[in-house]
Amino acid sequence: MEQKTKVTAEDGKQEMVITREFDLPVELLFKAHAEPGIVEQWMGSKVLKMESKKHGSYQLQKTDAQGTVLFGANGVIHEFSPNRKITRTFEMENTPFGVQLEIYEFEKLTDDTSKLTMHVIYESVAQRDQVLQLPFAQGLNYAHNQLQDIVSKLR
Amino acid sequence: MNLRRDVFQAIADPTRRAILLLVASQSLTAGAIAANFDTARPTVSKHLQILTECELLQQEQNGREIYYHFNAKKMKEVADFIEPFRKMWDDRFNKIEVIMKQYKTKK
Repeated sequence: MEQKTKVTAEDGKQEMVITREFDLPVELLFKAHAEPGIVEQWMGSKVLKMESKKHGSYQLQKTDAQGTVLFGANGVIHEFSPNRKITRTFEMENTPFGVQLEIYEFEKLTDDTSKLTMHVIYESVAQRDQVLQLPFAQGLNYAHNQLQDIVSKLR
Repeated sequence: MNLRRDVFQAIADPTRRAILLLVASQSLTAGAIAANFDTARPTVSKHLQILTECELLQQEQNGREIYYHFNAKKMKEVADFIEPFRKMWDDRFNKIEVIMKQYKTKK
């Protein structure tokens, strides 16, 4: 079966392309990226700020039950063309991953289907590769934090 | 070198993943690694041996001590290293479809 979400990251390049076809009209696909209340639901992070307009900025944050910040990210919006395109920067706070440039293109396929193409450009090949490995690293972090919890209880 | 050891086998174990995380940020001796775990020292040694055999860790002699380094290059060779990332986005996009279909019916 062909995968719905495709990630293309050619060796030695500092960019990647993520594509996905949605069983949604392009207006709803765009709305899911523009409205803070909806972004919160699928990103799994709190949206502290999201000004969906040219020169606007946004801020995302994820905290654990104790209120400790697990993840923070922010960026500025360079282009905001409804149902067509969003160009923005994205930066994960307190990480060495630098700032990435994200170009989201929204495309109508039929009245009820649409396509998203995310073109992401990193500062270097090394940074792109680190970000690609992040979900694995987060798994590591999680395992490590659990371990620390257990160990600190024993002390 | 034990050829039965492969990278996937190595990263399947949570303690070994935690060891990789530790060593990824700085090179450490076996003793320093073991100090982070509530596991018997020989067990940690066994984990280090497995990680070294599949080349995720590299040993380097520094004076009288042996330091373990994280071999990021080997990690990259893991054929599916992109898969967790793709899966993360796939999950997010699936959520978008579910959430937005509710808006569709509301219209």
